Amino acid sequence: MTDTTAPQTATAQATPAAQPSVFDHRLQPRLVLPLLALLIAFPLIAQATGEDFYIGVASRVLVFGLAAASLNFILGFGGMVSFGHAAFVGLGAYTVGLLMQQGVTSAWLAWPLAMLMGAAFSLLVGAISLRTQGVYFIMITLAFAQMLYYLIMSFKSLGGDDGLSLPSRSDIGLGLDLAQDATFYYVVLALVSTSLLLMARVLNARFGHVLQAIKENETRMQAIGFPVYRYKLVAFSLAGAFAGLAGAMLANQGSFVGPGMLQWTQSGILLIMVILGGVGHLYGGLVGAAVFLLLEEVLAAYTVHWQLGLGAVLLIVVLVAPNGLLSLRRGMWSKR
Amino acid sequence: MNTILILEQTLNGLQFGLMLFLLAAGLTLVFGIMDMINLAHGSLYMIGAYLVASFSQASGSFWLGLGLGVLATVLVGVLLEYTVLRRLYHRDHLSQVMGTFAILLMSNEIVRIIWGAQPLMLNPPAALSGPVMLMDGFSYPAYRLLIIGVGLAVALLLWLLVTRTRFGMQVRAGAANREMATAMGANVRRLFTLVFALGAALCAVAGGMLGPLLAVQVGMGESILILAFVVIVIGGIGSIRGALLGAMLVGLVDTAGRTLVPLLFDKAMGPEVAANAGPAVASILIYVLMAAVLFYKPQGLFPAHD
Amino acid sequence: MKRHLLHRSLVSLSIALLCASSVSAADQVKVGLLSTLSGPGAGLGTDIRDGFQLAVKHMNGKIGNLPAEVVVVDDQQNPEVAKQTAERLLKRDKVDFMTGTVFSNVMLAVGPAAFQNKTFFISSNAGPSQYAGAQCNPYFFNVSQQNDALHEAAGQTMQDKGFKRVALIAPNYPAGKDSIAGFKRFYKGEIGMETYTSLSQLDYGAEISKMRAAQVDGVYIFLPGGLGVNFIKQFVGAGLSKDITLYAPGFSADEDVIRAVGDSMLGTFNTSQWAHDLDNAANKKFVTDFQKEFGRMPSLYASHGYDAARLMDAAVRDVKGKLDDKAALRKAIEAAKFESVRGSFKFNSNHFPVQDYYLRVVSKDGQGKLTNRTVGTVFKNHQDAYVKDCKMPS
Repeated sequence: MTDTTAPQTATAQATPAAQPSVFDHRLQPRLVLPLLALLIAFPLIAQATGEDFYIGVASRVLVFGLAAASLNFILGFGGMVSFGHAAFVGLGAYTVGLLMQQGVTSAWLAWPLAMLMGAAFSLLVGAISLRTQGVYFIMITLAFAQMLYYLIMSFKSLGGDDGLSLPSRSDIGLGLDLAQDATFYYVVLALVSTSLLLMARVLNARFGHVLQAIKENETRMQAIGFPVYRYKLVAFSLAGAFAGLAGAMLANQGSFVGPGMLQWTQSGILLIMVILGGVGHLYGGLVGAAVFLLLEEVLAAYTVHWQLGLGAVLLIVVLVAPNGLLSLRRGMWSKR
Repeated sequence: MNTILILEQTLNGLQFGLMLFLLAAGLTLVFGIMDMINLAHGSLYMIGAYLVASFSQASGSFWLGLGLGVLATVLVGVLLEYTVLRRLYHRDHLSQVMGTFAILLMSNEIVRIIWGAQPLMLNPPAALSGPVMLMDGFSYPAYRLLIIGVGLAVALLLWLLVTRTRFGMQVRAGAANREMATAMGANVRRLFTLVFALGAALCAVAGGMLGPLLAVQVGMGESILILAFVVIVIGGIGSIRGALLGAMLVGLVDTAGRTLVPLLFDKAMGPEVAANAGPAVASILIYVLMAAVLFYKPQGLFPAHD
Repeated sequence: MKRHLLHRSLVSLSIALLCASSVSAADQVKVGLLSTLSGPGAGLGTDIRDGFQLAVKHMNGKIGNLPAEVVVVDDQQNPEVAKQTAERLLKRDKVDFMTGTVFSNVMLAVGPAAFQNKTFFISSNAGPSQYAGAQCNPYFFNVSQQNDALHEAAGQTMQDKGFKRVALIAPNYPAGKDSIAGFKRFYKGEIGMETYTSLSQLDYGAEISKMRAAQVDGVYIFLPGGLGVNFIKQFVGAGLSKDITLYAPGFSADEDVIRAVGDSMLGTFNTSQWAHDLDNAANKKFVTDFQKEFGRMPSLYASHGYDAARLMDAAVRDVKGKLDDKAALRKAIEAAKFESVRGSFKFNSNHFPVQDYYLRVVSKDGQGKLTNRTVGTVFKNHQDAYVKDCKMPS
């Protein structure tokens, strides 16, 4: 899919005659296209070696990659440290779960609705939270996420503490059966790639430039006359929409929704993924999610005490690569 | 509504609030003075509980165990500060989140490796495992009274420390304005280590005291950590007085919520709804409280900063 | 730039290597033991695991004459974690049987994956009413009891002993609801208080205050493992044990709880389908060797783990190791031709056991040690209440 748009991307980048803005983020097709080819070939390799289980793992990595990328959108490029992002992901997941319980299994209905719910709730949270700054913003986003968590837990119809086991995956029609892991993987890959592309487009457009400028110096932007609050709120809602989509796919991937998806520790993990990959790097969320989850998977296969290894790696990264893994590239412009 | 029920719930709320205060006090000092978000604070609470339990079991005495456990936890805390946390003071909040989250993961696993995955049982001193007759027809567990007593005693000691000692003065100065305090000659490095050690001691006391009531298990710090953060935000970052009042408020709201709300729901809608919605509403109340405070008084009820 | 690509390639390569390294072997029986090994319920899961592994040891490391590989995993009492772990066991490790599960909410979360994969699940504790009735499944077997059973026996006991007004406390999850429902099926007196607590709740101050206000003469609790330990300590600590008699199912009054609570538990009545003083050869060997191997008295959870392994052994032996013949294997399991530590054992049409239930009391034995003593039989050949709703496909 990205193969057909690649020439378009290259052209778009070549067009601006002016110097590339410091707020522009190159898609780097030379790096990404081979990787994309590998990702497309992956299920075939897995099936050939009889290790179908890992297709599910890969889907999960991609879904979390999108969730982390949506957080990076507001954190890395907007300067908004949200400690409640898991709530938007969870809300998307529960939308799908609840609809399926009521007999609505169509993905064309449920997934966009999940995005809408994510956007709506983040609009609500953002409207109130964005009036605060710094650590207070962090705490108030946390508060809203916890409120939603407890609210969802209190409804037995939503499974309460135990969550909902979904009888099947969403129905996408088009002759595709999402119950097949490989098919599901390709759908996820397509959606995640498109979403990342969309986010990149927004970031490289005027809106994204303004957003990043706000992150650099909010007072100055306000003085110049930009409606800072409105820009941030729109970005926050957009991130919420993508998070909702990630949630919808997550619900399908595990055939399960549970309140644990909204807990603060989950928001913490999303933050860790972004920081690990590189705050403010276009692919920071995706890389962070991949490294985190794959590390978890690889370590868990060797020892039951894998959390020790994971913690050690994170600690080393914090001390050695303060701006995330993607900032380790020599010769590349990295934030701060 | 029953007077005894209300009395009992007030005492329970007081007991919970005081223990929460111990945790919040350490957290607010670290956040206020070193400007560090410490997600590993709950881990010190857990380690404290485990050490107290182990020493109690080994020595056969709860009090000896408590004393040794607190000392050992302070050592662990100082070691942690010296080797790792010190490097995070100058970093941005995000790095601190990641670094302390890493320590949280590692502590959980190390405790699991040393003590195993099963919870440890910690018993209160035998003399206090029974009830005390407070008034006619109302007996209250002696151990919970002890917790209230210890909590109040520690609060008093802390107040004396902060208002009557040189160390306390430096702490208050550091919380109010860090740069000025340094300029005035406070030995910042040593101050930071001492503050952290104090926080660790408070965590250990809370963990050791609550151990007999709850179970000493891996991950016990996570749930109480988030409440501690809520308390310091409500109370005001850097303020011990704020931490005390915030903790009392949260403790009472939480306990009252847990009893009264299900009772109301029970009468109105039956035990199933009470069971599901009751505790959830009680928890939501706390976060609504915090959001409200943040919105109207963003610096908290008793801000320490200028 | 190059480093970035290298970084990504390394990640992919490591996945590939990982895949290559996990090769599944034929000619062996692979069992996935998914149980609760952490948190307040850890004692129960550990007992199941130890009981299972003792049985395998008794069979010289074999199940049905084939070498056995037991993969033990912790479900952390979390349905979400359990689901992911179950997927790994079923799809990556390709286990032949699954067993373990303590908690019913976990069981309901992992069941569908096993059934879809056509892997037999021999539950060593969780017996949710859903799987006994309308959602019964040919691939699900329960070797312990249907959740309601022990509570039905307790309800009958308290009814017989003439308690007028009781308080009921259970955790808010499928087995908790089943327990209260089961109790009420046989107890016809007045219910003064009915409260559902959270599975992670350890402080029962609020419930104890309510009980004091409700003026009951008996309280029935279903609080497995660590939850029960905490409740009983707090109940006695608040002084309520003087006026209110405590009844529990075997789950809340077994060896693990007795060890943790101590003398406060003297005189607590409880119901169970197994007791360590049951008089049969298999049980005597099991109890003696368990104590020798693990240094503690087994609980009823351990007895279920033990029986699960013996059941698998008998079934695999019956089909002569042809584990791919699902229909034959199913018949073999249904026949249950093994010596249970409970004495005789047979399955009902819904794959749940039909068995006797006894009344036990916590007392001091000949050596002055605190333990359970069997004092009577409450039900004989008891069937669960849901079997008629089960239309088992043949």
